[in-house]
Parts: sequence; C-alpha cells; structure tokens
Amino acid sequence: MNLAAKDIRHNFGRFALTAIGIGLLLMIVMGMGGIYRGLIREATLLIDNIGADLWVVQGSTRGPFAEISRVPASLEDRARAVPGVASARRFVSHTVQREHRGKPLRIVVQGLAWPEDRGNWIPLVAGRPLRQAHYEIIADRSLRLELGEKIELGKNVYEVVGLTSGMVGSGGDGLGFFTVSDAQAIQFDVPGEALRLERQSRRARVEAEYIGQVQPLLVERAVGSASGIPALAPPQVSAVMLTIQPGMSAATVAATISTWPDVTVYSTQQQKDLLLSGMVDKAKRQLGLFRVLLIIISTIIMALIIYTLTLDKIHDIAMLKLMGARNGVIVGLILQQALLIGALGYGLAYWLGTFAFPKFPRLVVIENQDLLTLAGIVLGISVLASLLGIGKAMRVEPNKILS
Amino acid sequence: MTVPANSPAAVEAIGLTKIYGSGNTEVVAMKDVSVTLARGEVVALLGPSGAGKSTFLTAIGLINPPTAGRIVMGGEPVMDGARALVDLRAYRRKHLGFVFQKANLIPFLNAVENVAVAMEINDVAPRAARKRALELLGYLGVADRATNLPDALSGGQQQRVAVARALANQPSLILADEPTAALDSHRGRQVMELFRKVAHERGSAVMVVTHDQRSLDVFDRTCEMEDGLLRKG
Ligand SMILES: Nc1ncnc2c1ncn2[C@@H]1O[C@H](COP(=O)(O)OP(=O)(O)O)[C@@H](O)[C@H]1O
Ligand SMILES: [Mg+2]
Repeated sequence: MNLAAKDIRHNFGRFALTAIGIGLLLMIVMGMGGIYRGLIREATLLIDNIGADLWVVQGSTRGPFAEISRVPASLEDRARAVPGVASARRFVSHTVQREHRGKPLRIVVQGLAWPEDRGNWIPLVAGRPLRQAHYEIIADRSLRLELGEKIELGKNVYEVVGLTSGMVGSGGDGLGFFTVSDAQAIQFDVPGEALRLERQSRRARVEAEYIGQVQPLLVERAVGSASGIPALAPPQVSAVMLTIQPGMSAATVAATISTWPDVTVYSTQQQKDLLLSGMVDKAKRQLGLFRVLLIIISTIIMALIIYTLTLDKIHDIAMLKLMGARNGVIVGLILQQALLIGALGYGLAYWLGTFAFPKFPRLVVIENQDLLTLAGIVLGISVLASLLGIGKAMRVEPNKILS
Repeated sequence: MTVPANSPAAVEAIGLTKIYGSGNTEVVAMKDVSVTLARGEVVALLGPSGAGKSTFLTAIGLINPPTAGRIVMGGEPVMDGARALVDLRAYRRKHLGFVFQKANLIPFLNAVENVAVAMEINDVAPRAARKRALELLGYLGVADRATNLPDALSGGQQQRVAVARALANQPSLILADEPTAALDSHRGRQVMELFRKVAHERGSAVMVVTHDQRSLDVFDRTCEMEDGLLRKG
C-alpha cells in the first residue's frame, strides 16, 4: 500500500491548498519564461520577415531597433550605386500615441517603400496588401482595428485594408504598415499655425539681411515648404535596407559602405544581436530575477508544509520504526508527498496557463525545452523541500511511542 | 503447537541494567535483571509503578538498549550492553510484536491496512498481507470494522486491531505493556485470554505487564519487579 497516498487522502484539504498555491506560483514562473521568449519572437519578427541583407543606419548609432537613427532619404540612391547591391529600400519606423474611439492607441508606424514594397511579405490573417500609394494601412490585430475601419492620423484618414497577428514592436505595441510617404506625413505632421509661424520668422530673418532686400526670389523660397530648401530638409528615414545580388558577398558590399563616414552598416544578424543585447537583455535579467525569487518562495512554502505534515505524523513514524520499517519506507512517505505536490503544482500551472497566457498583455511563448527545464527544477525543489521533513523523521527514536 | 524440548528460549535476558541520566539525575531503573522466556509461554510482569517494568520490556523489545547485560533471542546474541549485534529494526519486524496501553494505530490507515502495513514492511506481498490481515481481524472479532479508520473504532476495537497487528508477522516474542488498562474488565480479560491462545497455539512467547489481579489465572507464571530488581521469576 502507498502510505503517502493514504496520508494525503486523510489530509486532503491542506494538501490540495498547497498544491494550488505552488501551482499558481509555478504558473507565474512559467509565464515569465514565456514572456521572455515572446519578447524575443516579437522583437525579431520584423527583422526576420522584412527580407534585408544589410542595414545602413546613421553613423555610429546602433540602428533604429536600438535608438534613434536618422539618414537622408537620398542615401537609398547612393546605396543602389554600390556594386553588388540588388535593391535598396527606405526603412521608416516610429511610435505614435493617438486617440481613437476615445481610447489611447499606440501604433508603431512602419513605412513600406512603395511601390517596390506593397507588403506582400507580411503574413496577413485577413484583407490584402497595400494597393494604393496613400491612405491605406495594414494593422496588427493587437491594435483592435477592424478591416475597413477608418482612422485619423495627422491631417489624413487611413483605411484598414489588411490585418496581421502578432506583429508588434519591441515595446509590445502593434505595428501599422503604411507607405513610406504616409508614414512620414504622420511623423512630421505639424499644425498649420506652427508652419505659418515658422515661415514668418524665416521671412523676417531673410528680410533683415541686405541680400534679402535686393533678391525677392530668395524671400519667396524661404517662406516655401521646408523640404524645398535642401539645407533645411530633415533627414527623413530611419535606415536603408539593402538586398545583395545573387553570387555577390554581403561582406564585400558592407566593406565598401563602411568606408562612408556618415553611416554605419550592419548585417541582419548584427541588427538582431544589437536588439537582443540591448532592450531584451534587461528584460531577460529582470524576468530571470523574478523567476528565481518565485522558485525560492515555492521551495520554502513546500518545505514548510512538508515539514508540518511530517511533524503531524511523527508519532506514526516512530510507530513504523518500532515495527521495524526500513528508512526507505519513511523517506518514501515524505518524498513522495513532496514530489506529488510538485507534480500537481506543475500540472496545474500548465493547465491554468493554457487559459491565462493568451490573456496576458504580452505574447507568451511556451517552448517544450523551457517546459522540460521547469519540470527538472520542480523535481529538484520537491526533493529539496522534503529534506527538512526527512531529516526530522530520521532523528525520531522508536521509543518516542512510549511518551 | 508443540515446542521441541531442546528448542532455544524465545528470549534470554542476562544481567540487564539500565541507568537513565548521569550524575545528580542518575536513575537506576533496572538492576541486574535476568529472565528467560520459553516459546509458547505466557508470563505476567507485575510490580508497582516506577518499578522498571517498561524499561525491561522495551530493553528486550530492542527499542531501549540496556546500559549493561546481554540479550539472546532464539539462541542468537542480539545485544551486548548498549551495543547491537544484529540489525535491530530487521529483528523487530521479523521476530517481535508490540502492544501498548494506547493502540497507537496509524490514523490515516483503516483497520485492515493498519494490520497489513506491518506485513508489507516485512516484505509480504500486498495481496497476501491484506488477506492475512482480514483473517487476523476475524480471529480478533473485528472483521466487520476492517475498513473503518481508527477514529471510528471504540477503544476496545482499536486495541484488538493493535493486537492483530502485533501478531501479523507471527513473532516469536510478543510484548504487551499494560494492554488492558484502557479497557473494561470483561474486554481486558478477553485480550489476556487471546494472548494465552496465541502463545499456546502458535508457540510465541508472550510477556504482559499488568496490574489486573483478576486475570492472573490466564498466565503460565508471573514475574515481579520492584525498584529495578526482579523479586521473583
Ligand atoms: N526516559 C527516562 N529517563 C529518565 N528516567 C526514566 C526514563 N524512563 C523511566 N525512567 C525512570 O525509571 C524508573 C522505571 O520506570 P519504568 O520502567 O517506566 O517503570 P514502570 O513501567 O514499572 O512503571 C522510574 O523511576 C522512571 O522515573
Ligand atoms: Mg510502565
């Protein structure tokens, strides 16, 4: 007969509560590991899918995934002239937070290099890629926008034509794909009054100079649009993505471009590593710390419960020893209970997770490898938790039965 | 049951002495006690409280090592002073059965399991253990309570389950320390008669510590202790 099981049936309430508590803790441990995997998957989703071989970014920066990177749009044309480059596309990405249907809406505005890139590479769950140069958006589901829904950003209204699932930026906000020109229009949208004031002050400064007074054409240029004045035009894209011609080496192209002093060039793998070692690494350490603490707490709770369950049985353990039970019988009684609490907790964590994880605000990715590792850890802490009780039981003398 | 005339004694205690504590708190609980119990013999151990009866019983029960003296069981030396000459736990599960004033049943096992567990820890297969446990409960008249937890049994029923447990492995020596103190005199006498039956039918040696003068006729002989000394045996 299994003494551990018989005792558990007798102490079912306390035992079940402990297993539930441990289960909830383990679910959080499991979820935190899943959030970390989710972070990596979300962060690298775009880089993996966008189909670039090289990234040309602002000189001495780590690129748009790590910090702000600004390069002139004309860099695209310079890059195209490098031998071995098959194509060059602009990469525009920035986050906006606007009001929509009375709620804040955070979108990672992602520019597609229309007309070469219409978003055909984007895995859609509904709708279609972009079909016109303006006013269309492919939105991620996490933004809670419907197909055909109209959304106002800046001075224009955009229609949702396609939906993706799980396409989010490294901050967890959903991506919205626009054409590059729409993305820029959203980014550089300035209220009309601000433009008028800016132009007024430009006019005043030009007219204050002698040359301004004798050259009316100059005044006319100064009060025109900023993009019409080359020296004033802001660098408007985040990076330029290159693909390499078949048979050519990315390293050779990268070597050529890296001699340009105004930009830095990274391979796709380097961009991924920079992204992961920066933001994701901190999150990893943070989540890791919480997981370690929760595992320690689980071990302590389990050890205390197993210990009190053992103390309750100390008289019975003395009786078993008096009847001549081997130590294995007594160790088995305590260890099996700890293992059962661990196993039930683990199973409960997994089961609860299948309901809870999809409702987490961030993507939770549970990988089999992580499940196995956690199972190993649970096994370890169950054994550890039973040591206190086993130690106590081993010290009991059979003649304690007489007192 | 016939016991061969030349078979060795169930237990031979030679010059057992037990000293508890040391210095000022030293208590000599048992002094140079020698007793031999033959197989098939039922012996009562009498004496006032504090005489050293429990000390003697637990010493030959191999759960309370004496300070000095020797214990020989079935011809095999098992204790030399406080030093064990055999694996005591293995010896207890194979050859000894205990009954105390309290039944000391395991609360999370029902009656039949309480008896069967003693056999299972002695490597009897679970099925066989259960079968024999049920037989023993029948023998003791509590078969109808086999699946009750100890909590649901009366004191007398609990004590009879405890006796069944003590008999489970067919021990050569059964030790009972005031087993009937918590029972009414009728039930008490029943238990005493049971010990006699077991001793005579199965050839176990039985030693019972008792204060009950009325059931002394059940025993083959009596021993008496006082102040740690064996007065007559
Ligand atoms: N564990 C112990 N420590 C110290 N003294 C003890 C212990 N057990 C028994 N004694 C003492 O030994 C003497 C004999 O006790 P015991 O064998 O229990 O007597 P009885 O069973 O005849 O009443 C008593 O004086 C008692 O106080
Ligand atoms: Mg006593």
